[in-house]
Amino acid sequence: MEKYLNLKLTGQSAAATFLWTAVLFVAALMLIRPCAASVANAAQQEALGIKLAKQAVREDKHWTTVDHSKIEMLNQDFTSGDQITQACLSCHTDASMQFKETIHWTWKVPSEKQGIMNGKAGHAVNNFCISGNAMEDKGCVSCHAGWNDIQGEVNCLACHGKEKFPFKETFADLAAFEGDDDPDLVEIVDDLHNGIQQAVQNITLPQRNNCGECHFKGGGGDGVKHGDLDTSLARPNRMLDVHMAEDGADFACTRCHTTVKHHIAGRLYTRPAAAERKSLIEDDMASKITCESCHSATPHKASTKMNDHTDKVACQSCHIPEFARVNPTKMSWDWSTAGKMKDGKPYEEKGDLGKPVYKSIKGDFTWAKNVMPQYYWYNGSFDNIGIKDKIDPQQIVEVSHPLGSPNDPDARIHPFKIHSGKQPYDKINQQLVAPLLSGPKGFWTTFDMNDAIIRGNQTLDVPYSGEFDYVETTYAFPITHMVAPAEKSLDCIQCHTRDNSRLAGITGIYMPGRDKFAIVDTIGLIAVLGALAGVTLHGLGRFFTRNGREE
Amino acid sequence: MAGKTMTNVYLYTRFERLWHWCQALMVIFLMITGFEVHGLYTLMGFDTAVELHNFIGLFWLGSFAFFAFWLIITGEWKQYIPTTRKLFDVARYYAWGIFHGQDHPVQKTPGAKHNPLQRLAYLGISAMLLPVQMVTGLLYYLYNSLGGVSLAPIAFIHTLAAFLLVNFLIIHLYMTTTGHSLFSHIKGMITGWEEIYDTTKIQEWETKATRKT
Ligand code: HEM
Repeated sequence: MEKYLNLKLTGQSAAATFLWTAVLFVAALMLIRPCAASVANAAQQEALGIKLAKQAVREDKHWTTVDHSKIEMLNQDFTSGDQITQACLSCHTDASMQFKETIHWTWKVPSEKQGIMNGKAGHAVNNFCISGNAMEDKGCVSCHAGWNDIQGEVNCLACHGKEKFPFKETFADLAAFEGDDDPDLVEIVDDLHNGIQQAVQNITLPQRNNCGECHFKGGGGDGVKHGDLDTSLARPNRMLDVHMAEDGADFACTRCHTTVKHHIAGRLYTRPAAAERKSLIEDDMASKITCESCHSATPHKASTKMNDHTDKVACQSCHIPEFARVNPTKMSWDWSTAGKMKDGKPYEEKGDLGKPVYKSIKGDFTWAKNVMPQYYWYNGSFDNIGIKDKIDPQQIVEVSHPLGSPNDPDARIHPFKIHSGKQPYDKINQQLVAPLLSGPKGFWTTFDMNDAIIRGNQTLDVPYSGEFDYVETTYAFPITHMVAPAEKSLDCIQCHTRDNSRLAGITGIYMPGRDKFAIVDTIGLIAVLGALAGVTLHGLGRFFTRNGREE
Repeated sequence: MAGKTMTNVYLYTRFERLWHWCQALMVIFLMITGFEVHGLYTLMGFDTAVELHNFIGLFWLGSFAFFAFWLIITGEWKQYIPTTRKLFDVARYYAWGIFHGQDHPVQKTPGAKHNPLQRLAYLGISAMLLPVQMVTGLLYYLYNSLGGVSLAPIAFIHTLAAFLLVNFLIIHLYMTTTGHSLFSHIKGMITGWEEIYDTTKIQEWETKATRKT
């Protein structure tokens, strides 16, 4: 029977075998055609993420039915900030009440730990100016959105004023000159009033400059803190930030940091910015704070491998190849060298990036531009060391560090700026301390660290042993702004490579190209080299024995 | 030795030959791209290697299904039934006899294209190694949609089997030179016809002399 089959087959005409072959390959092609077709399709299509995002921002221009310059209430001669706010509140009755509940006003958020308040006015510390000392540190309070520290009314114009106006100085001048009969002074007073009035009537929804006034300059100067937020974002081009670019989407911050009752979406210490990762297709009222909100979870062209990454790799990891691409950002701060004097006076030294590398009042700094982020698992929350937490001074203390793990479904591999510090701690109590910096009794005047710590810890009601030393610390900032144009995003090989992978520090997962099993490669090498050696020897044997044949 | 007559037999049908060379091409491409993905060298770039590897891998899976179908329908699968008869003889031939001018203990015939050692090797390859590679390859490809599966064991097996396939390929290539001339086996797989020593009784229809082309 077997013979018969063979006979039939071999005996068949060439046409029959051809037919078989043709059937085989056509069928095979049909099997993979859907995949091939979608690949071909995708080449022409716009990626889903781009399409959805364009839809989400189609209604671009904000319009309003109020012209603030026509409102009687605003045509007054204001003499104080609180007066201005009262005028605002005469229409926007609940605005101040709403705002005072937010972290922008309180600078505090309850922590999960008993009796601990996060926030710069709470028990949180960082490795920059360390603590807000319960708002006793007047240097920090310049960024508080009130007219007068925490007393009195909200300064609505900090966020809603189109022009940056020196209210404090102007009111001081007014107080000095008003009531004087000198015609010159009367004219000056008139000008001052007019200036204030114009500023008050020039109202806007918050623009990049409004938020940037504080957030670009966190830590006491341009680009000190974040690395992905500095004054270059006031008027960025597409290369720097596709979303905020003047020649791009020209977003204001609030385009993504959507707002409910003056609560602005964003990261809050232990609470993720977005508890649920929803896109606007799933819920058209979803906050727009995550990339997925507008771009969806499958933003790339159909059936590309990148779409398989979005469940584990944050968009930012590939799309922000470097941060601080225009202005330098501060990378380290060493308090232990603060207090040196030149000719008995405090001094400053500038480095090659045009930024100070030493200040008597603050210590040594390093700065960097075009910085490659560091990558960690991140589920949206941070682990923070506050002023009341015990530390191990033998180790580098992670004052702020992202939380997450490979098995956490909410965690993604996310880019960070890690700011290194060396800051004072209490040697006996093994806790970080909160030196008071500004003001007549602060370190910046007295240059007495021990005294500054005593005063600073008092503001927070935290005991201090009287003995301090310096400990190395790190502080992590998520990198999420400065999204580069698509063609600048990372290539696979930046991570999928054996040496110098950007994700070298990410353990607990297997990554093709980066990882291998030593045993597999060893067995493999033996198998391949063994086979080569074997056939070589065998071949040589045949050659020299001439296959055993006599001449 | 002398006085042996040679005879031409038709061993491989056009379909088998086509399949053989297509599969060879695909597997070699899979090796080249696969080991680039593995990080052993840089040739076409990781992205291209991944894309090509996936494409050829899927294509191979599809076409292999049809080859398997052909094997079953035609009964050619019986060529791979393992046997221990003469296995030892064949092994001894390659280890010793080949250097001493002995004849191959088993001659190819259209009814038995593979000697017992080959049968075992090919069965091992096509019934074990290739399916393992296909299954782990498919798992690797679909890994992201499988949910909760760890990639490490899949990659472990897939890479190990890939190395073993290279090992097979080297020996396989070498063995093609052990015919009565260096290239007679290769020629056989190209033309279908192979020249063998006329030791076994070949049916009349199998010889070139009588086959009408
Ligand atoms: C003779 C056949 C094959 C060989 C020699 C081979 C070899 C390899 C090797 C060496 C790797 C790298 C593994 C690592 O470093 O983790 C790899 C990866 C991979 N293989 Fe294969 N493979 C074969 C067939 C297949 C098939 C049939 C598929 C199924 C479609 C497949 C799918 C994959 C996938 C998805 C990867 C991961 C990287 C990527 O996405 O390309 N392979 N292969």
